[in-house]
Amino acid sequence: MEGLKVADITIRRGGRSIVDGAQFSAPAGKVTGLVGPNGAGKSTLISAIVGIERPEAGALTFEGADLVAMGRRERAGICAYVEQSASTEERLSVADVVALGRIPHVLAWLSGLGSDDEAVVAGALERVGMSGFATRQFNTLSGGEQQRVHIARALAQQPKLLVLDEPTSHLDIRAQLQVLHLLGDLAGAGGTVLLALHDLNLALRFCDWLVVLDAGQVVAEGRPPEVLREDLLARVYGVHARLIEGPSGPVIAYEGTV
Amino acid sequence: MTRSLNATAYIALWLLLIASATIAVTFGPADITPTEVWTTILHHLGLVPESPVSRLRDAIVWDLRMPRVIAAMGVGAGLALAGAVMQALTRNPLADPYLLGLSSGAALGAVTLVVMGFALLVPVGAFVGSLAALGLALLIAQLLGGATPVRAILAGISISALASAMTSFIIFWSATGDSYREILSWLMGSLSGSGWVDAGLVAASLLVCAPVMLISARGLDAFAFGEKSAASLGVDVGRLRWTLLGASALLTGVMVAIGGAIGFVGLVVPHAVRLAVGSRHGKLLPLSMLVGAIFMLWADTMARTLFDPRELPVGIVTALVGAPAFLLILMRFRRVT
Repeated sequence: MEGLKVADITIRRGGRSIVDGAQFSAPAGKVTGLVGPNGAGKSTLISAIVGIERPEAGALTFEGADLVAMGRRERAGICAYVEQSASTEERLSVADVVALGRIPHVLAWLSGLGSDDEAVVAGALERVGMSGFATRQFNTLSGGEQQRVHIARALAQQPKLLVLDEPTSHLDIRAQLQVLHLLGDLAGAGGTVLLALHDLNLALRFCDWLVVLDAGQVVAEGRPPEVLREDLLARVYGVHARLIEGPSGPVIAYEGTV
Repeated sequence: MTRSLNATAYIALWLLLIASATIAVTFGPADITPTEVWTTILHHLGLVPESPVSRLRDAIVWDLRMPRVIAAMGVGAGLALAGAVMQALTRNPLADPYLLGLSSGAALGAVTLVVMGFALLVPVGAFVGSLAALGLALLIAQLLGGATPVRAILAGISISALASAMTSFIIFWSATGDSYREILSWLMGSLSGSGWVDAGLVAASLLVCAPVMLISARGLDAFAFGEKSAASLGVDVGRLRWTLLGASALLTGVMVAIGGAIGFVGLVVPHAVRLAVGSRHGKLLPLSMLVGAIFMLWADTMARTLFDPRELPVGIVTALVGAPAFLLILMRFRRVT
Protein backbone atom coordinates (compact mmCIF):
# COMPACT_ATOMS: atom_id res chain seq x y z
CA MET A 1 0.00 0.00 0.00
CA GLU A 2 2.98 2.31 0.34
CA GLY A 3 3.40 3.55 -3.23
CA LEU A 4 4.77 7.01 -3.99
CA LYS A 5 5.25 9.60 -1.27
CA VAL A 6 5.82 13.24 -2.14
CA ALA A 7 6.97 15.27 0.85
CA ASP A 8 7.40 19.06 0.89
CA ILE A 9 8.58 19.27 -2.71
CA THR A 10 9.51 22.77 -3.82
CA ILE A 11 10.61 23.61 -7.36
CA ARG A 12 11.72 27.10 -8.32
CA ARG A 13 12.39 28.49 -11.77
CA GLY A 14 13.87 31.94 -12.23
CA GLY A 15 13.31 32.76 -8.56
CA ARG A 16 9.60 31.94 -8.70
CA SER A 17 8.26 28.83 -7.01
CA ILE A 18 6.27 26.71 -9.45
CA VAL A 19 5.65 24.00 -6.87
CA ASP A 20 5.58 25.09 -3.25
CA GLY A 21 5.86 22.47 -0.52
CA ALA A 22 3.71 19.89 -2.28
CA GLN A 23 2.86 16.89 -0.16
CA PHE A 24 0.73 13.88 -1.11
CA SER A 25 0.88 10.17 -1.73
CA ALA A 26 -0.08 7.90 -4.61
CA PRO A 27 -0.96 4.51 -3.14
CA ALA A 28 0.20 1.26 -4.71
CA GLY A 29 -2.37 -0.62 -6.75
CA LYS A 30 -4.40 2.54 -7.35
CA VAL A 31 -4.86 5.10 -10.09
CA THR A 32 -4.09 8.50 -8.60
CA GLY A 33 -5.17 11.59 -10.50
CA LEU A 34 -3.36 14.91 -10.29
CA VAL A 35 -5.75 17.71 -11.24
CA GLY A 36 -5.66 21.48 -11.15
CA PRO A 37 -6.08 24.48 -13.44
CA ASN A 38 -3.57 25.37 -16.16
CA GLY A 39 -0.36 26.67 -14.63
CA ALA A 40 -0.97 24.98 -11.29
CA GLY A 41 2.39 23.22 -11.59
CA LYS A 42 1.21 19.70 -12.49
CA SER A 43 3.70 19.13 -15.31
CA THR A 44 6.59 20.57 -13.31
CA LEU A 45 5.77 18.38 -10.35
CA ILE A 46 5.59 15.36 -12.63
CA SER A 47 8.96 16.28 -14.20
CA ALA A 48 10.47 16.18 -10.73
CA ILE A 49 8.86 12.83 -9.89
CA VAL A 50 10.25 11.17 -13.04
CA GLY A 51 13.68 12.74 -12.62
CA ILE A 52 13.73 15.26 -15.47
CA GLU A 53 13.89 18.13 -13.02
CA ARG A 54 15.58 18.30 -9.62
CA PRO A 55 13.47 19.60 -6.78
CA GLU A 56 15.02 22.36 -4.72
CA ALA A 57 13.74 20.91 -1.49
CA GLY A 58 11.72 17.97 -0.26
CA ALA A 59 11.73 14.21 -0.58
CA LEU A 60 10.39 11.73 -3.11
CA THR A 61 10.21 8.13 -2.00
CA PHE A 62 8.79 5.06 -3.66
CA GLU A 63 8.21 2.09 -1.38
CA GLY A 64 10.72 3.57 1.00
CA ALA A 65 13.45 4.10 -1.65
CA ASP A 66 14.73 7.65 -2.14
CA LEU A 67 14.03 8.53 -5.80
CA VAL A 68 16.04 11.77 -5.76
CA ALA A 69 19.26 10.13 -4.55
CA MET A 70 18.91 7.22 -6.97
CA GLY A 71 21.01 6.89 -10.15
CA ARG A 72 19.29 7.77 -13.44
CA ARG A 73 19.12 4.25 -14.72
CA GLU A 74 18.02 2.66 -11.52
CA ARG A 75 15.27 5.23 -11.29
CA ALA A 76 14.23 4.64 -14.91
CA GLY A 77 13.96 0.95 -14.05
CA ILE A 78 11.42 1.76 -11.34
CA CYS A 79 9.56 4.72 -12.74
CA ALA A 80 8.33 5.18 -16.33
CA TYR A 81 6.95 8.36 -17.86
CA VAL A 82 4.43 8.97 -20.65
CA GLU A 83 4.05 12.45 -22.14
CA GLN A 84 0.97 14.23 -23.41
CA SER A 85 1.53 13.35 -27.06
CA ALA A 86 5.11 12.68 -28.03
CA SER A 87 5.76 12.57 -31.74
CA THR A 88 8.89 11.90 -33.75
CA GLU A 89 10.30 12.53 -37.20
CA GLU A 90 12.30 9.35 -36.96
CA ARG A 91 11.38 6.28 -38.94
CA LEU A 92 10.64 3.78 -36.21
CA SER A 93 8.39 0.76 -36.14
CA VAL A 94 6.01 0.25 -33.23
CA ALA A 95 8.29 -2.50 -31.90
CA ASP A 96 11.29 -0.11 -32.15
CA VAL A 97 9.45 2.47 -30.07
CA VAL A 98 8.45 -0.04 -27.41
CA ALA A 99 12.03 -1.36 -27.36
CA LEU A 100 13.17 2.12 -26.21
CA GLY A 101 11.74 1.09 -22.85
CA ARG A 102 14.52 -1.49 -22.54
CA ILE A 103 17.21 1.23 -22.55
CA PRO A 104 17.51 1.44 -18.75
CA HIS A 105 17.94 -2.33 -18.61
CA VAL A 106 20.53 -2.97 -21.33
CA LEU A 107 24.17 -1.98 -21.33
CA ALA A 108 24.80 1.15 -23.37
CA TRP A 109 27.43 -0.37 -25.61
CA LEU A 110 25.20 -3.23 -26.68
CA SER A 111 22.94 -1.88 -29.37
CA GLY A 112 21.03 -5.10 -29.97
CA LEU A 113 18.20 -6.56 -27.93
CA GLY A 114 18.37 -9.94 -26.27
CA SER A 115 15.59 -12.48 -26.67
CA ASP A 116 14.45 -11.63 -23.13
CA ASP A 117 14.06 -8.01 -24.15
CA GLU A 118 12.11 -9.02 -27.24
CA ALA A 119 9.78 -11.07 -25.08
CA VAL A 120 9.24 -8.08 -22.77
CA VAL A 121 8.48 -5.87 -25.79
CA ALA A 122 5.99 -8.40 -27.17
CA GLY A 123 4.37 -8.78 -23.76
CA ALA A 124 4.03 -5.01 -23.35
CA LEU A 125 2.37 -4.68 -26.76
CA GLU A 126 -0.03 -7.44 -25.86
CA ARG A 127 -1.02 -5.76 -22.60
CA VAL A 128 -2.07 -2.61 -24.44
CA GLY A 129 -3.81 -4.62 -27.16
CA MET A 130 -1.42 -3.58 -29.93
CA SER A 131 0.26 -6.88 -30.77
CA GLY A 132 -0.90 -6.75 -34.39
CA PHE A 133 0.83 -3.40 -34.89
CA ALA A 134 4.42 -4.37 -34.06
CA THR A 135 5.82 -3.92 -37.57
CA ARG A 136 3.77 -0.82 -38.45
CA GLN A 137 5.51 2.55 -38.73
CA PHE A 138 4.80 4.54 -35.55
CA ASN A 139 4.02 7.70 -37.54
CA THR A 140 1.17 6.04 -39.41
CA LEU A 141 -0.85 5.30 -36.24
CA SER A 142 -3.74 7.35 -34.89
CA GLY A 143 -3.26 9.46 -31.76
CA GLY A 144 -4.94 6.89 -29.55
CA GLU A 145 -2.88 4.06 -30.96
CA GLN A 146 0.32 6.09 -30.55
CA GLN A 147 -0.54 6.76 -26.92
CA ARG A 148 -1.11 3.06 -26.29
CA VAL A 149 2.28 2.36 -27.88
CA HIS A 150 3.83 4.93 -25.54
CA ILE A 151 2.24 3.16 -22.61
CA ALA A 152 3.60 -0.15 -23.94
CA ARG A 153 7.04 1.50 -24.15
CA ALA A 154 6.65 2.56 -20.53
CA LEU A 155 5.58 -0.97 -19.58
CA ALA A 156 8.65 -2.38 -21.33
CA GLN A 157 10.64 -0.49 -18.69
CA GLN A 158 8.96 -2.90 -16.25
CA PRO A 159 8.24 -0.03 -13.87
CA LYS A 160 6.54 -0.20 -10.52
CA LEU A 161 5.46 3.41 -10.85
CA LEU A 162 3.87 4.72 -14.04
CA VAL A 163 3.60 8.51 -14.33
CA LEU A 164 1.62 10.09 -17.16
CA ASP A 165 1.26 13.77 -18.04
CA GLU A 166 -2.22 14.33 -19.48
CA PRO A 167 -2.06 11.18 -21.58
CA THR A 168 -5.59 11.63 -22.92
CA SER A 169 -5.56 15.31 -23.87
CA HIS A 170 -5.37 14.90 -27.63
CA LEU A 171 -7.48 11.76 -27.95
CA ASP A 172 -11.07 11.22 -29.00
CA ILE A 173 -13.40 10.01 -26.27
CA ARG A 174 -13.20 6.33 -27.20
CA ALA A 175 -9.41 6.42 -27.16
CA GLN A 176 -9.52 8.29 -23.84
CA LEU A 177 -11.68 5.59 -22.28
CA GLN A 178 -9.43 2.86 -23.68
CA VAL A 179 -6.33 4.48 -22.17
CA LEU A 180 -8.00 5.02 -18.80
CA HIS A 181 -9.34 1.46 -18.67
CA LEU A 182 -5.86 0.24 -19.46
CA LEU A 183 -4.39 2.28 -16.62
CA GLY A 184 -7.04 0.85 -14.29
CA ASP A 185 -6.02 -2.66 -15.29
CA LEU A 186 -2.36 -1.87 -14.68
CA ALA A 187 -3.14 -0.55 -11.20
CA GLY A 188 -5.31 -3.60 -10.58
CA ALA A 189 -2.27 -5.75 -11.32
CA GLY A 190 -0.41 -4.02 -8.47
CA GLY A 191 1.23 -1.08 -10.24
CA THR A 192 1.19 2.47 -8.94
CA VAL A 193 -0.27 4.87 -11.50
CA LEU A 194 -0.11 8.65 -11.23
CA LEU A 195 -1.55 10.78 -13.98
CA ALA A 196 -2.19 14.45 -14.54
CA LEU A 197 -5.66 14.93 -15.94
CA HIS A 198 -7.84 17.81 -17.14
CA ASP A 199 -11.24 16.21 -17.47
CA LEU A 200 -12.74 16.15 -13.98
CA ASN A 201 -15.58 13.80 -14.93
CA LEU A 202 -13.05 11.26 -16.19
CA ALA A 203 -11.10 11.79 -12.97
CA LEU A 204 -14.26 11.05 -10.96
CA ARG A 205 -14.93 7.95 -12.98
CA PHE A 206 -11.46 6.42 -13.32
CA CYS A 207 -9.28 7.62 -10.44
CA ASP A 208 -9.18 5.86 -7.09
CA TRP A 209 -7.40 8.73 -5.42
CA LEU A 210 -7.24 12.40 -6.32
CA VAL A 211 -4.78 15.21 -5.61
CA VAL A 212 -5.73 18.82 -6.38
CA LEU A 213 -2.92 21.25 -7.13
CA ASP A 214 -3.52 25.00 -7.19
CA ALA A 215 -0.81 27.64 -7.62
CA GLY A 216 1.88 25.11 -6.78
CA GLN A 217 0.25 23.87 -3.60
CA VAL A 218 -1.73 20.75 -2.81
CA VAL A 219 -5.14 22.01 -1.69
CA ALA A 220 -7.00 18.71 -1.38
CA GLU A 221 -6.31 15.00 -1.43
CA GLY A 222 -8.65 12.04 -1.06
CA ARG A 223 -11.28 9.92 -2.76
CA PRO A 224 -12.54 11.73 -5.87
CA PRO A 225 -16.20 12.33 -4.90
CA GLU A 226 -15.07 13.66 -1.53
CA VAL A 227 -12.46 15.94 -3.07
CA LEU A 228 -14.35 17.44 -6.01
CA ARG A 229 -16.89 19.38 -3.95
CA GLU A 230 -18.78 22.30 -5.35
CA ASP A 231 -16.98 24.80 -3.12
CA LEU A 232 -13.57 23.47 -4.21
CA LEU A 233 -14.51 23.75 -7.89
CA ALA A 234 -15.54 27.36 -7.32
CA ARG A 235 -12.42 28.20 -5.34
CA VAL A 236 -9.80 26.40 -7.45
CA TYR A 237 -11.29 26.46 -10.94
CA GLY A 238 -13.56 29.48 -10.67
CA VAL A 239 -16.61 27.63 -11.96
CA HIS A 240 -20.12 27.05 -10.69
CA ALA A 241 -20.84 23.33 -10.89
CA ARG A 242 -23.12 20.81 -9.34
CA LEU A 243 -22.31 17.23 -8.40
CA ILE A 244 -25.24 15.10 -9.56
CA GLU A 245 -25.78 11.38 -9.31
CA GLY A 246 -25.39 9.70 -12.71
CA PRO A 247 -26.16 6.12 -13.68
CA SER A 248 -22.61 5.01 -12.81
CA GLY A 249 -21.59 7.32 -9.99
CA PRO A 250 -21.46 11.09 -9.49
CA VAL A 251 -21.07 13.48 -12.43
CA ILE A 252 -20.11 17.15 -12.47
CA ALA A 253 -22.55 19.40 -14.30
CA TYR A 254 -20.99 22.78 -15.06
CA GLU A 255 -23.18 25.84 -14.83
CA GLY A 256 -20.90 28.75 -15.57
CA THR A 257 -17.89 30.71 -14.41
CA VAL A 258 -17.70 32.44 -11.06
CA MET B 1 15.53 -13.82 -40.53
CA THR B 2 16.02 -10.06 -40.29
CA ARG B 3 19.25 -10.65 -38.45
CA SER B 4 20.78 -12.76 -41.23
CA LEU B 5 19.47 -10.19 -43.72
CA ASN B 6 21.35 -7.51 -41.78
CA ALA B 7 24.54 -9.55 -41.85
CA THR B 8 24.14 -10.05 -45.59
CA ALA B 9 23.69 -6.31 -46.14
CA TYR B 10 26.83 -5.53 -44.12
CA ILE B 11 28.92 -8.11 -45.95
CA ALA B 12 27.60 -6.94 -49.31
CA LEU B 13 28.44 -3.31 -48.51
CA TRP B 14 31.93 -4.21 -47.27
CA LEU B 15 32.59 -6.21 -50.43
CA LEU B 16 31.28 -3.33 -52.53
CA LEU B 17 33.56 -0.94 -50.65
CA ILE B 18 36.66 -3.09 -51.17
CA ALA B 19 35.81 -3.72 -54.83
CA SER B 20 35.11 -0.02 -55.37
CA ALA B 21 38.40 0.94 -53.77
CA THR B 22 40.31 -1.51 -55.95
CA ILE B 23 38.61 -0.33 -59.12
CA ALA B 24 39.02 3.32 -58.15
CA VAL B 25 42.77 2.86 -57.88
CA THR B 26 42.91 1.44 -61.43
CA PHE B 27 41.01 4.44 -62.82
CA GLY B 28 43.07 7.05 -64.64
CA PRO B 29 46.01 7.08 -67.01
CA ALA B 30 48.56 4.20 -66.97
CA ASP B 31 46.01 1.36 -67.31
CA ILE B 32 46.74 -0.27 -63.99
CA THR B 33 45.01 -3.61 -63.41
CA PRO B 34 43.30 -4.79 -60.17
CA THR B 35 45.94 -7.52 -59.86
CA GLU B 36 48.68 -4.91 -59.92
CA VAL B 37 46.81 -2.95 -57.26
CA TRP B 38 46.65 -5.87 -54.86
CA THR B 39 50.18 -7.05 -55.63
CA THR B 40 51.43 -3.57 -54.77
CA ILE B 41 49.40 -3.41 -51.56
CA LEU B 42 50.59 -6.86 -50.44
CA HIS B 43 54.15 -5.94 -51.41
CA HIS B 44 54.09 -2.84 -49.22
CA LEU B 45 52.56 -4.83 -46.39
CA GLY B 46 55.56 -7.17 -46.68
CA LEU B 47 53.50 -10.16 -47.80
CA VAL B 48 54.90 -10.29 -51.34
CA PRO B 49 58.68 -9.82 -51.13
CA GLU B 50 59.41 -9.41 -54.88
CA SER B 51 56.85 -7.31 -56.72
CA PRO B 52 56.66 -7.72 -60.50
CA VAL B 53 55.09 -4.25 -60.73
CA SER B 54 57.45 -1.58 -62.10
CA ARG B 55 58.74 1.18 -59.81
CA LEU B 56 56.72 3.84 -61.61
CA ARG B 57 53.46 1.91 -61.53
CA ASP B 58 54.10 0.96 -57.91
CA ALA B 59 54.48 4.65 -57.08
CA ILE B 60 51.28 5.55 -58.93
CA VAL B 61 49.34 2.98 -56.96
CA TRP B 62 50.96 3.34 -53.56
CA ASP B 63 51.97 7.00 -53.33
CA LEU B 64 49.46 8.69 -55.58
CA ARG B 65 46.17 6.86 -55.66
CA MET B 66 45.96 4.72 -52.53
CA PRO B 67 46.19 7.55 -49.98
CA ARG B 68 43.64 9.55 -51.92
CA VAL B 69 41.23 6.62 -52.10
CA ILE B 70 41.63 6.00 -48.38
CA ALA B 71 41.17 9.69 -47.59
CA ALA B 72 38.02 9.78 -49.73
CA MET B 73 36.53 6.76 -48.00
CA GLY B 74 37.40 8.13 -44.57
CA VAL B 75 36.01 11.60 -45.29
CA GLY B 76 32.80 10.10 -46.68
CA ALA B 77 32.38 7.81 -43.68
CA GLY B 78 33.19 10.59 -41.21
CA LEU B 79 30.87 13.20 -42.73
CA ALA B 80 27.97 10.73 -43.01
CA LEU B 81 28.48 9.62 -39.40
CA ALA B 82 28.73 13.17 -38.05
CA GLY B 83 25.64 14.14 -40.05
CA ALA B 84 23.59 11.25 -38.68
CA VAL B 85 24.63 12.12 -35.13
CA MET B 86 23.89 15.84 -35.53
CA GLN B 87 20.45 15.09 -36.99
CA ALA B 88 19.59 12.87 -34.03
CA LEU B 89 21.01 15.23 -31.39
CA THR B 90 19.20 18.31 -32.66
CA ARG B 91 16.11 16.38 -33.82
CA ASN B 92 16.48 18.43 -36.98
CA PRO B 93 16.35 16.63 -40.33
CA LEU B 94 18.13 19.56 -41.99
CA ALA B 95 21.12 19.29 -39.67
CA ASP B 96 24.47 18.43 -41.23
CA PRO B 97 27.99 18.20 -39.81
CA TYR B 98 28.57 21.90 -40.53
CA LEU B 99 25.47 23.03 -38.63
CA LEU B 100 27.19 25.01 -35.89
CA GLY B 101 29.33 27.16 -38.15
CA LEU B 102 32.08 24.59 -38.65
CA SER B 103 32.41 24.92 -42.43
CA SER B 104 32.29 28.72 -42.52
CA GLY B 105 34.84 28.92 -39.73
CA ALA B 106 37.05 26.47 -41.57
CA ALA B 107 36.70 28.46 -44.80
CA LEU B 108 37.69 31.68 -43.06
CA GLY B 109 40.74 30.01 -41.52
CA ALA B 110 41.76 28.42 -44.81
CA VAL B 111 41.22 31.49 -46.97
CA THR B 112 43.10 33.73 -44.55
CA LEU B 113 46.14 31.48 -44.81
CA VAL B 114 45.92 31.21 -48.60
CA VAL B 115 45.92 34.96 -49.18
CA MET B 116 48.71 35.37 -46.64
CA GLY B 117 50.72 32.98 -48.79
CA PHE B 118 50.80 30.01 -46.44
CA ALA B 119 48.94 27.61 -48.75
CA LEU B 120 50.64 24.61 -47.17
CA LEU B 121 49.15 25.40 -43.79
CA VAL B 122 45.57 25.46 -45.09
CA PRO B 123 44.51 22.29 -43.24
CA VAL B 124 45.72 23.75 -39.95
CA GLY B 125 43.89 27.01 -40.62
CA ALA B 126 40.72 25.14 -41.52
CA PHE B 127 40.86 22.97 -38.41
CA VAL B 128 41.49 25.89 -36.07
CA GLY B 129 38.84 27.98 -37.85
CA SER B 130 36.17 25.32 -37.59
CA LEU B 131 36.69 24.66 -33.90
CA ALA B 132 36.93 28.38 -33.18
CA ALA B 133 33.58 28.96 -34.88
CA LEU B 134 31.99 26.12 -32.93
CA GLY B 135 33.47 27.34 -29.65
CA LEU B 136 32.25 30.85 -30.32
CA ALA B 137 28.75 29.61 -31.20
CA LEU B 138 28.54 27.59 -27.98
CA LEU B 139 29.94 30.46 -25.93
CA ILE B 140 27.29 32.82 -27.30
CA ALA B 141 24.58 30.22 -26.64
CA GLN B 142 25.85 29.92 -23.07
CA LEU B 143 25.82 33.70 -22.61
CA LEU B 144 22.24 33.79 -23.92
CA GLY B 145 21.29 31.74 -20.89
CA GLY B 146 22.37 28.13 -21.31
CA ALA B 147 23.40 26.23 -24.41
CA THR B 148 20.21 24.51 -25.51
CA PRO B 149 20.18 22.97 -29.01
CA VAL B 150 17.99 25.74 -30.43
CA ARG B 151 20.20 28.52 -29.02
CA ALA B 152 23.32 26.72 -30.24
CA ILE B 153 21.88 26.42 -33.76
CA LEU B 154 20.84 30.07 -33.85
CA ALA B 155 24.23 31.20 -32.55
CA GLY B 156 25.86 28.90 -35.11
CA ILE B 157 23.89 30.51 -37.91
CA SER B 158 25.00 33.99 -36.93
CA ILE B 159 28.65 32.97 -36.53
CA SER B 160 28.41 31.20 -39.85
CA ALA B 161 27.04 34.28 -41.62
CA LEU B 162 29.72 36.45 -40.06
CA ALA B 163 32.54 34.12 -41.05
CA SER B 164 31.15 33.80 -44.60
CA ALA B 165 30.99 37.55 -44.95
CA MET B 166 34.59 37.90 -43.77
CA THR B 167 35.68 35.15 -46.17
CA SER B 168 33.92 36.85 -49.08
CA PHE B 169 35.50 40.15 -48.10
CA ILE B 170 38.99 38.67 -48.04
CA ILE B 171 38.49 36.96 -51.40
CA PHE B 172 37.01 40.09 -52.96
CA TRP B 173 39.72 42.36 -51.59
CA SER B 174 42.89 40.42 -52.01
CA ALA B 175 42.58 37.20 -53.96
CA THR B 176 44.16 37.12 -57.39
CA GLY B 177 44.63 34.50 -60.11
CA ASP B 178 46.18 31.41 -58.56
CA SER B 179 45.12 31.99 -55.00
CA TYR B 180 41.57 32.63 -56.21
CA ARG B 181 41.45 29.28 -57.98
CA GLU B 182 42.98 27.58 -54.97
CA ILE B 183 40.41 29.14 -52.65
CA LEU B 184 37.51 28.30 -54.91
CA SER B 185 38.57 24.69 -55.21
CA TRP B 186 38.94 24.45 -51.44
CA LEU B 187 35.55 26.05 -50.81
CA MET B 188 33.87 23.53 -53.09
CA GLY B 189 35.72 20.66 -51.48
CA SER B 190 38.56 18.73 -53.03
CA LEU B 191 40.72 15.78 -52.11
CA SER B 192 43.26 16.59 -54.80
CA GLY B 193 46.80 15.99 -53.64
CA SER B 194 45.88 13.94 -50.57
CA GLY B 195 48.89 11.97 -49.37
CA TRP B 196 49.50 9.42 -46.67
CA VAL B 197 49.59 12.09 -43.97
CA ASP B 198 46.08 13.19 -44.93
CA ALA B 199 44.81 9.62 -45.14
CA GLY B 200 46.38 8.88 -41.76
CA LEU B 201 44.78 11.94 -40.12
CA VAL B 202 41.38 11.03 -41.49
CA ALA B 203 41.74 7.43 -40.32
CA ALA B 204 43.00 8.47 -36.89
CA SER B 205 40.14 10.91 -36.31
CA LEU B 206 37.68 8.18 -37.27
CA LEU B 207 39.35 5.70 -34.95
CA VAL B 208 39.04 8.15 -32.07
CA CYS B 209 35.57 9.59 -32.71
CA ALA B 210 33.57 6.82 -34.36
CA PRO B 211 33.66 4.39 -31.41
CA VAL B 212 32.39 7.12 -29.07
CA MET B 213 29.45 7.69 -31.40
CA LEU B 214 28.76 4.04 -32.13
CA ILE B 215 28.54 3.04 -28.47
CA SER B 216 26.07 5.89 -27.93
CA ALA B 217 23.64 4.45 -30.47
CA ARG B 218 21.04 3.47 -27.87
CA GLY B 219 21.34 6.84 -26.20
CA LEU B 220 20.62 8.54 -29.53
CA ASP B 221 17.61 6.27 -30.01
CA ALA B 222 16.28 7.60 -26.71
CA PHE B 223 16.20 11.12 -28.25
CA ALA B 224 13.51 10.04 -30.75
CA PHE B 225 10.77 11.61 -28.65
CA GLY B 226 12.82 14.49 -27.30
CA GLU B 227 14.99 15.23 -24.34
CA LYS B 228 12.42 14.75 -21.62
CA SER B 229 11.62 11.31 -22.84
CA ALA B 230 15.34 10.50 -23.10
CA ALA B 231 15.92 11.73 -19.56
CA SER B 232 13.04 9.63 -18.26
CA LEU B 233 14.69 6.58 -19.84
CA GLY B 234 17.73 7.14 -17.62
CA VAL B 235 19.91 8.82 -20.25
CA ASP B 236 22.23 11.55 -18.98
CA VAL B 237 21.04 13.97 -21.64
CA GLY B 238 23.55 16.75 -20.98
CA ARG B 239 26.59 14.51 -20.88
CA LEU B 240 25.59 12.52 -23.96
CA ARG B 241 24.86 15.68 -25.94
CA TRP B 242 28.16 17.39 -25.18
CA THR B 243 30.21 14.24 -25.66
CA LEU B 244 28.69 13.56 -29.07
CA LEU B 245 28.80 17.20 -30.11
CA GLY B 246 32.50 17.28 -29.22
CA ALA B 247 33.19 14.08 -31.13
CA SER B 248 31.32 15.25 -34.25
CA ALA B 249 33.03 18.64 -34.15
CA LEU B 250 36.48 17.07 -33.91
CA LEU B 251 35.67 14.61 -36.68
CA THR B 252 34.19 17.30 -38.94
CA GLY B 253 37.08 19.64 -38.17
CA VAL B 254 39.57 17.08 -39.47
CA MET B 255 37.43 16.21 -42.51
CA VAL B 256 37.07 19.87 -43.43
CA ALA B 257 40.79 20.42 -42.99
CA ILE B 258 41.65 17.56 -45.34
CA GLY B 259 38.88 17.81 -47.94
CA GLY B 260 37.44 21.29 -47.66
CA ALA B 261 33.75 21.97 -47.19
CA ILE B 262 32.36 18.98 -49.09
CA GLY B 263 28.62 19.41 -48.97
CA PHE B 264 25.73 17.02 -49.30
CA VAL B 265 27.31 13.79 -47.99
CA GLY B 266 26.64 14.49 -44.32
CA LEU B 267 23.10 15.67 -45.00
CA VAL B 268 21.85 13.15 -47.51
CA VAL B 269 23.60 9.85 -46.84
CA PRO B 270 22.04 9.45 -43.36
CA HIS B 271 18.59 10.22 -44.78
CA ALA B 272 18.98 7.69 -47.57
CA VAL B 273 20.10 5.01 -45.11
CA ARG B 274 17.28 5.92 -42.72
CA LEU B 275 14.73 5.48 -45.49
CA ALA B 276 16.10 2.03 -46.21
CA VAL B 277 16.64 0.62 -42.71
CA GLY B 278 14.80 2.94 -40.30
CA SER B 279 16.10 5.16 -37.53
CA ARG B 280 17.62 2.74 -35.05
CA HIS B 281 21.09 4.13 -34.59
CA GLY B 282 22.68 0.77 -33.97
CA LYS B 283 22.09 0.14 -37.67
CA LEU B 284 21.93 3.68 -38.99
CA LEU B 285 25.38 4.82 -37.82
CA PRO B 286 27.55 1.94 -39.16
CA LEU B 287 25.55 1.71 -42.39
CA SER B 288 25.81 5.48 -42.93
CA MET B 289 29.58 5.19 -42.57
CA LEU B 290 29.76 2.41 -45.16
CA VAL B 291 27.44 4.11 -47.63
CA GLY B 292 29.17 7.47 -47.09
CA ALA B 293 32.55 5.87 -47.79
CA ILE B 294 31.37 4.19 -51.00
CA PHE B 295 29.55 7.32 -52.19
CA MET B 296 32.50 9.60 -51.54
CA LEU B 297 34.95 7.18 -53.12
CA TRP B 298 33.03 7.18 -56.40
CA ALA B 299 32.37 10.91 -56.28
CA ASP B 300 36.09 11.58 -55.87
CA THR B 301 37.03 9.10 -58.57
CA MET B 302 34.65 10.85 -60.95
CA ALA B 303 35.99 14.25 -59.92
CA ARG B 304 39.50 13.03 -60.67
CA THR B 305 38.90 11.21 -63.98
CA LEU B 306 35.80 12.63 -65.69
CA PHE B 307 37.55 15.56 -67.33
CA ASP B 308 41.07 14.24 -67.08
CA PRO B 309 43.57 15.93 -66.98
CA ARG B 310 41.45 18.67 -65.37
CA GLU B 311 39.98 17.93 -61.96
CA LEU B 312 36.59 18.95 -60.69
CA PRO B 313 36.15 19.92 -57.05
CA VAL B 314 34.52 16.84 -55.52
CA GLY B 315 31.83 18.95 -53.84
CA ILE B 316 30.38 19.63 -57.29
CA VAL B 317 30.17 15.90 -57.99
CA THR B 318 28.63 15.01 -54.63
CA ALA B 319 25.85 17.51 -55.28
CA LEU B 320 25.44 16.74 -59.01
CA VAL B 321 25.20 12.99 -58.42
CA GLY B 322 23.81 13.01 -54.91
CA ALA B 323 20.84 15.33 -55.42
CA PRO B 324 19.18 13.36 -58.22
CA ALA B 325 20.04 10.06 -56.51
CA PHE B 326 18.39 11.29 -53.34
CA LEU B 327 15.29 12.39 -55.25
CA LEU B 328 15.07 8.92 -56.79
CA ILE B 329 15.29 7.35 -53.35
CA LEU B 330 12.59 9.68 -52.05
CA MET B 331 10.30 8.70 -54.92
CA ARG B 332 11.01 5.02 -54.42
CA PHE B 333 9.98 5.35 -50.77
CA ARG B 334 7.26 7.96 -51.26
CA ARG B 335 4.63 5.78 -49.66
CA VAL B 336 6.50 5.56 -46.38
CA THR B 337 7.76 9.12 -45.97
